[in-house]
Amino acid sequence: MTEPYVRDFQAFASNGAAGAPPWLREIREGAIARFTALGFPTMKQEAWRFTSVAPIAETHFTLPGSRRPQLALRDVAALSALGAGPRLVFVDGRYEPGLSSLAGLPEGVQATSLAEATRSGPRGELARRHLARYAPWQDSAFAALNTAFLADGAFVHVAADTVLAQPLEVLFLATSGTAVTGAGGPTVSHPRSLFIVERGARATLMESYASIADGLQWTNAVTETVVGEGARVELYRVQREGRNAYHIATTQSRQERDSYLGLHVLTLGGSLARHDITTVLDGTGAELILNGLYVLGGSQHADHHTVIDHARPHCASHEFFNGVLAERAHGVFNGRIIVRPGAQRTDSKQTNNNLLLSTEARADSQPQLEIYADDVKCTHGSTVGPLDQTALYYLRSRGLSPETAQSLVTYGFAAEILGRMQRPDVRERLDRLVRAGLA
Amino acid sequence: MSSGIEAQVLQPYKYGFVTDIESDVVPPGLSEDVIRLISTKKGEPEWMLEWRLKAYRHWLKMPEPHWSNVTYGPIDYQAISYYAAPKQRPKLESLDQVDPKLIETFEKLGIPIEERKRLAGVAVDAVFDSVSVATTFRETLARQGIIFCAISEAIREHPDLVRKYLGSVVPHNDNFFAALNSAVFTDGSFAYIPKGVRCPLELSTYFRINASSTGQFERTLIVAEEGSHVSYLEGCSAPVRDENQLHAAVVELVALDDATIKYSTIQNWYPGDEEGRGGIFNFVTKRGACRGRNSKISWTQVETGSAITWKYPGCILQGDNSIGEFYSVAVTNQRQQADTGTKMIHMGKNTRSTIVSKGISAGRGQNTYRGLVKILKGAEHARNYSQCDSMLIGDKCGAHTFPYIDVRNSTAIMEHEASTSKIGEDQIFYAKQRGLSAEDAVSMIVNGFCKEVFKELPMEFAVEAQRLLGISLEGSVG
Repeated sequence: MTEPYVRDFQAFASNGAAGAPPWLREIREGAIARFTALGFPTMKQEAWRFTSVAPIAETHFTLPGSRRPQLALRDVAALSALGAGPRLVFVDGRYEPGLSSLAGLPEGVQATSLAEATRSGPRGELARRHLARYAPWQDSAFAALNTAFLADGAFVHVAADTVLAQPLEVLFLATSGTAVTGAGGPTVSHPRSLFIVERGARATLMESYASIADGLQWTNAVTETVVGEGARVELYRVQREGRNAYHIATTQSRQERDSYLGLHVLTLGGSLARHDITTVLDGTGAELILNGLYVLGGSQHADHHTVIDHARPHCASHEFFNGVLAERAHGVFNGRIIVRPGAQRTDSKQTNNNLLLSTEARADSQPQLEIYADDVKCTHGSTVGPLDQTALYYLRSRGLSPETAQSLVTYGFAAEILGRMQRPDVRERLDRLVRAGLA
Repeated sequence: MSSGIEAQVLQPYKYGFVTDIESDVVPPGLSEDVIRLISTKKGEPEWMLEWRLKAYRHWLKMPEPHWSNVTYGPIDYQAISYYAAPKQRPKLESLDQVDPKLIETFEKLGIPIEERKRLAGVAVDAVFDSVSVATTFRETLARQGIIFCAISEAIREHPDLVRKYLGSVVPHNDNFFAALNSAVFTDGSFAYIPKGVRCPLELSTYFRINASSTGQFERTLIVAEEGSHVSYLEGCSAPVRDENQLHAAVVELVALDDATIKYSTIQNWYPGDEEGRGGIFNFVTKRGACRGRNSKISWTQVETGSAITWKYPGCILQGDNSIGEFYSVAVTNQRQQADTGTKMIHMGKNTRSTIVSKGISAGRGQNTYRGLVKILKGAEHARNYSQCDSMLIGDKCGAHTFPYIDVRNSTAIMEHEASTSKIGEDQIFYAKQRGLSAEDAVSMIVNGFCKEVFKELPMEFAVEAQRLLGISLEGSVG
């Protein structure tokens, strides 16, 4: 099942991406070899116990052709999670400067395409130093495939002590071969992002994924984030692709000393979604808030695997994931906290709560603690259950209809996660998306 | 120790563990011929042999599992003798000849002097070894219609019962080690509690395990008929020196309507030396089926021994309103490794399960809780509560928690909580400031940490378990 992709890679390497620097070509060659060796995961593998990627493995998704859909700025604004403000727009992983707007970015902030950033010069050197250095393409077939087809993507660099006050959005739009061009089979895109926030800088970033057409499509995204010493980053990620989309994603972050990362994940779309989130707390005193919400209905399946790696002492991590599962939806959560030998004074807390709104809905939850140091405080909790009957009773006794009472309690459950988002403007936008998802 | 318990346990050879037949030793290795030989020696009926062979043939096709969070060298299954007479230790004349280290341990556990002699292999005086005590005990059970005997005896004497239930909870092809056990098991107990009977005594294998005939491949089957009640104790708090490296036991429990089974274990097998050499591999499959309505199965375990413990006593909650419970204390010190937990499978309506697990890691010990709570579609209003706490003593040990939660019914409520923390330094300081030694302070704190589990143990066991914990953690602080 991997051969068609190897053939596509050979074609891709010989024409489409021939202009890439040698170091990048080397990484790509290594990545396709890893992909071939690893193959698509099966449910026999522990990390894929509850998620079958057979629908992806059994279909040959091709890279989209050169014909691009005609998009108006107005359409893009509707698909954007923020609606306005500076943004980089990508269609099928390719940078669209005409749809992007970079006005108002302060000095010290570079936002451009990876194709641009990997060219020679000081920027090329920066990309070389970080690109594909964190994402686990040696172990993950999907990250390897993304890396093999790495040609373009988002590159954001915030220089030391720079403040990026306005949220910057990176918007990835997926087309579907058949729906857009009327020809060809299902397509795959490999969106790639590299965010580097240097020492003492502050930034709010939004990474969002949406579909232009509702046809069969596969998005295989990889994001690498580096948070420098003392830097503070709020990173939002919204996935609201179509109901026929497969969305596989890897988000890998590395935090340096005394840095703060607030990573907020909102999963609404896709028929099959899998998101691997790994954060390495690689400097003393680093702090992480990992805050996620999945709202699923129909026959949607979403799987979140998170790893928080406490590699250094005196770090704190707080993780919260809530899931609202209606109809025949299936939510999977696997959260692993690793405390490495010597990572003393670690303070780590993890919670996963799931709300089942129908008898057909299903939740699998696997919180995990792996601890190799003794002076630590680590807890995790997980719950699965229906709506609280007493809360519903209370609301009904106040004259609310059963439907209103149910939607109010459900919204309240989702709002726990929204409430942790620090930017009020972003929170308000996402609140609207969540309400639409719950309706 | 109360006389009741003593009475139960003082029946060393009663159940045919030392007989003339068993003095043979089969050369190491496993083949169909060895299984036929075991079956012949045990005087088993044809169906039993067939069952063993079926298990063996299946075992040959199974890969050895390695998913647990423990590490050990390869096991050579052809180097094990699958049928050996119990080791006869040289009879010693008095306690003076016994290893003083062992005596010291007995002292700390508070084991009565006569029991110490038996444990150390000293000839026991005739009164103490009285057959009449055991006979009385067996008569008491027989009057109520309770059957309690060795599994091999049950296969001969009560073939219908055994055939009906053996392998019905843990099938012969369940997993690698269960299949191996099904093929070659030689020891173990069988208990049958008839309808409406409340077993008047705590059934125990205490002394049999303690005697030199530690079963390497034990098989235990307990059947509780409608409305019956039984409490079963397994194991021993005293250190057991045993040369069998691999222990692969299988325990099956069946509870019918309104029946209750309580199964308590204390395991203190040889953990190996400070460097982790030697020590027992304890790979056990334990499972109970709550077949009937309102039935209940409760597992309580205190695991302090063995180099590697790998077991998940579980409950299959089939009957409506049935209850499963799991209370566990697992201690790993030096280089011990434990990967233990439970499986609760909710199938019936209104089924409930409670999991309380306490893991303590000291030295270079690695302690893993791994559990599964599965609530199936039909389990309306199922309820689970799980709590897993880990305590760390020293900076070279590890504590890991891997719960698996799978809920497929929206009316079910499931909660899981886990915490890991260091032993409270301020608590130790407080205790020391009140004049306690560091070791006593640790022992006291750890016992408080485990209290929720200890209170589930039968009283005599609970007292010993507390002392045992203190001994297992010796030298871990200060």
